[in-house]
Amino acid sequence: MEFVAAHDLDEALAAKAEQPDAELLAGGTDLMVEVNLVHHRPKQVVSLRRIGELREVSSTRIGAGVTWSRLERGDHRGLAEAARTVGSPQIRAAGTIGGNVGTASPAGDGLPWIAAADAAIEVRSKARGTRVVPWRDFFVGVKRTSLERDEIITAVVVPDDIPEAQEFAKVGARNAMVISTVSCLVMRGDDGFRIALGSVAPTPIRATAAEGMLNAEAKITEAALDEVARVVSEEVRPITDHRSTEAYRRHAAGVLARRLVERSLR
Amino acid sequence: MNVTITVNGEQRVADVAASESLLNVLRDDLDLPGTKDACEQGECGSCTVILDGEAVCSCLVMAADAEGSEVTTVEGMGEEGHLHPVQEAMLAEGAVQCGFCTPGFVVAGAHLLETNPHPSELEIREALSGNICRCTGYGAILRAFETLSEEGT
Repeated sequence: MEFVAAHDLDEALAAKAEQPDAELLAGGTDLMVEVNLVHHRPKQVVSLRRIGELREVSSTRIGAGVTWSRLERGDHRGLAEAARTVGSPQIRAAGTIGGNVGTASPAGDGLPWIAAADAAIEVRSKARGTRVVPWRDFFVGVKRTSLERDEIITAVVVPDDIPEAQEFAKVGARNAMVISTVSCLVMRGDDGFRIALGSVAPTPIRATAAEGMLNAEAKITEAALDEVARVVSEEVRPITDHRSTEAYRRHAAGVLARRLVERSLR
Repeated sequence: MNVTITVNGEQRVADVAASESLLNVLRDDLDLPGTKDACEQGECGSCTVILDGEAVCSCLVMAADAEGSEVTTVEGMGEEGHLHPVQEAMLAEGAVQCGFCTPGFVVAGAHLLETNPHPSELEIREALSGNICRCTGYGAILRAFETLSEEGT
């Protein structure tokens, strides 16, 4: 195995340009599981751990190398809540938001927040420089993204006007070390409600029908909350797998959305 | 390839295979079998070590990527005849059954008390939530850390 411990982004981009199939290593919480359990043997690995630039964070730009344990203490309430539910303290100390985005699991805990914030993914290559890709164009399928082979995810770019009222919740078999069965993030701002969900479609999604219905209401009544639950249950596209059934996921998605909308009103 | 890692204050060099984990290097190459090998997917916490100040699962650290790092394993906690306060407290509370998860709890718990000397019960549960005891001896483990939290270490 060829191993490049990149000290800055240019070094990593050069390595990726030369070996586009090289695998990127940050926290190792996905890649090393493949190595240990599936006996995956990467031919080339580019480690991003030493690149300080990827660990920079501001309210509008979160470096790809920022760990969950830092995001837990960050300014964005919904993202901090989501970060707290990732794995365990050991996993949160290693795993990064860039890894979550790159792996693009439907269950990625950071992804509903990215969808609700209408954030974009900043990627870079040696050949073509920087691209900023809206989240809807970035996540294209189960563990599939529009990242090119020679590109590296450098940051999550966050609009500066996202609502401060943010609520996250996820359903799983237990509190710690759990991959979400359904996750939901609600934001409430001057322009209305935003509802994003994870684990209920190939990619993170926005519940646009429920948002539209809610944002047309002058006052959020109990009946409107019940309607949110019903509409969300209808518009999600979950599957049955070893973690849960389609029916349960539909139901839980509605319950979570209703609960978080209600919570955001307090 | 050779990697140089400072383990428990001592600089060590190991000839590591391609994508091998830090856990394997510690146990097989550096003769430090205190760190336990169980799930190999970051679920159980029995391989917890302190890597550059953070408690992490050593099974998820690629050994090649640990070049230049500082690692503390359970062997670096306390010394012969002078146990670490966490080890003393776990001994006093009978917080050890089969013992396989114990090194992970010692390291994760010592890291907690270093960063937060008087954790609440909730903070203790949270900090140890990545460590699984298959004997389910959590009651005694929690009591050991509650005692330490009251005393401050």
